[in-house]
Amino acid sequence: MSSQQKYSKGIWSVITASSVGTLIEWYDFYIFGSLATIIATQFFPEDKGSSALLSTLAIFAAGFIVRPFGALVFGRLGDLVGRKYTFLLTLVLMGGSTFCIGLIPGYKTIGVAAPLLVLLLRLIQGLALGGEYGGAATYVAEHSPIERRGFFTSWIQTTASLGLFVSLGIILFTRNTLGVEAFMDWGWRIPFLVSSVLVIVSIYIRLKMEESPLFTKLKKEGKTSTNPLKESFTKKANLKMVLLALFGAVMGQGVIWYTGQFYAQSFIENVCKIDFSQSRTILLWAIAFATPFFVVFGALSDKVGRKWIMMLGMFLGIISYRSIYQHFLDRSSDKEKVEIVQDKTIERKAKFIESTGDSLVKTVTQKFYTDGARFIETKTDTFYVAKASFGRMPTVKIEKLLGDGDYWMFVFLIFFQVLLVTMVYGPIAAFLVELFPTRIRYTSMSLPYHIGNGVFGGLVPFISTLIIEYTKTAENPTGSPLAGLWYPIAVASVCLVIGTLYLSNEVDHNVRDDENVYIHPGHSNIPNH
Amino acid sequence: MNTLKRILGLVWMLAGPAILVYLMMEASKKIALPNSTSNDILQWGIIIGIFCPIALGFMLFGYFSWKGEYDLGPEFHPK
Repeated sequence: MSSQQKYSKGIWSVITASSVGTLIEWYDFYIFGSLATIIATQFFPEDKGSSALLSTLAIFAAGFIVRPFGALVFGRLGDLVGRKYTFLLTLVLMGGSTFCIGLIPGYKTIGVAAPLLVLLLRLIQGLALGGEYGGAATYVAEHSPIERRGFFTSWIQTTASLGLFVSLGIILFTRNTLGVEAFMDWGWRIPFLVSSVLVIVSIYIRLKMEESPLFTKLKKEGKTSTNPLKESFTKKANLKMVLLALFGAVMGQGVIWYTGQFYAQSFIENVCKIDFSQSRTILLWAIAFATPFFVVFGALSDKVGRKWIMMLGMFLGIISYRSIYQHFLDRSSDKEKVEIVQDKTIERKAKFIESTGDSLVKTVTQKFYTDGARFIETKTDTFYVAKASFGRMPTVKIEKLLGDGDYWMFVFLIFFQVLLVTMVYGPIAAFLVELFPTRIRYTSMSLPYHIGNGVFGGLVPFISTLIIEYTKTAENPTGSPLAGLWYPIAVASVCLVIGTLYLSNEVDHNVRDDENVYIHPGHSNIPNH
Repeated sequence: MNTLKRILGLVWMLAGPAILVYLMMEASKKIALPNSTSNDILQWGIIIGIFCPIALGFMLFGYFSWKGEYDLGPEFHPK
């Protein structure tokens, strides 16, 4: 086998081992978010539905907020003892805490200990994730040939979307296999428990990996940092780059990422009222179609530079979000649809409540439309025997099933948003790696990455919901559903201005730190490692 | 371009504390509402707590920019 073949085999082993582990970490992190509503009912007092959901969201946010701390803790460790063992540790912590969440008894069984345990394990998940990504990106970049660093690190970039894809897929599969009732009761635990199998496989693969060659060289020469945190954030030359990375690239990338995937799915499910399964399959298709573009834009960034690809992605998001989400609203409304009146069905069922003598009356109304859409309204009301009348506030649940045309239009609109994600996210690992020196790279790149994604991005649903709250008035009690988009648009706009003015499109081909060698993208006369 | 970066540096320096003050005012309004709960205090506490160091970082970024530290692109900064 020639040395070239050996090298080629080696780099793909490195990418596989790094990517599989990172994908699993993302999977572990996302199943909690995807099952937030169920977790709220399982681990919080039943009589406080909305409070429970908010508490869960707070825990969700806490998961994101502790990510930057994980970046500091594990980044430091990675720069002191090496990349390999650090991201092995993050994998064990993540997998262990996910598995344990699947085992915690509910609030009914152990009371307040249940939400406290969930919070603790969620914080560990956040810490572990904070340490994972920087390690994986650094590890792959430090193995990559210098003129293809964007291409090789972009495989790591696919893992966040694929982790979401796998988590949604397993949740849907489990729910459809067990049925809604069993899934809500105990089946939701399965996706958490499945994680242990995935993590064991990944640990096995990672154990066989070798330490990064650049870190090994530094260690042999005794040039590793003795205090990576101090060197990263108190040395002005490096601190300036940390701030530039955060405000000129990662904060915009973070909001584009979370808007395109999480907010989009949440919007079509909760605002447009698209059916549970349909809203998830739409996202699954969109991610499946868009994921290859992470690699496309990563490879392209080796040729044309990282900056303009990322900036274009942000710019397109800023100008298109409001019209895309308006389209979601229009297409899911019945205003422009023609109802097939003769197909309308109304089904009423009453359930006798023995203890009170009252009855629970459920009325299901189904409307059919010429474009294949079906809207289902389920109204649940109580008939009080003593008063011989219905209660004042029936609960109404609306689920909309889109016809084929609108379904694929939704897939396309989310695909477009995920495509923007691939533009901003595909080249960013290589961009961050090239900004910092090897001895403090893990620490320096992890912190801006996790503040940008964890804080700016992770809080998109939370802050957007708060903004919508502010638009609620007596005349418009539901508020303006598009108002929440102002948060990602504003953050991406500031980032676009900073990135355009302050970042360079030059690519640093020398992450070995012998000297700075920045050259124009596409240059081919670069010596390999 | 460098003049623009320096002028914008001032904008970023002012924007950091401005955002923080705005968030604090909104938080106090929201918390003062009669129907506010402990959850509101928790949420706003988290938001303000995490945005404090970020706003400080943004001010510092503005200061560096104003002082001309970013006049040269990242490729000219020593590692």
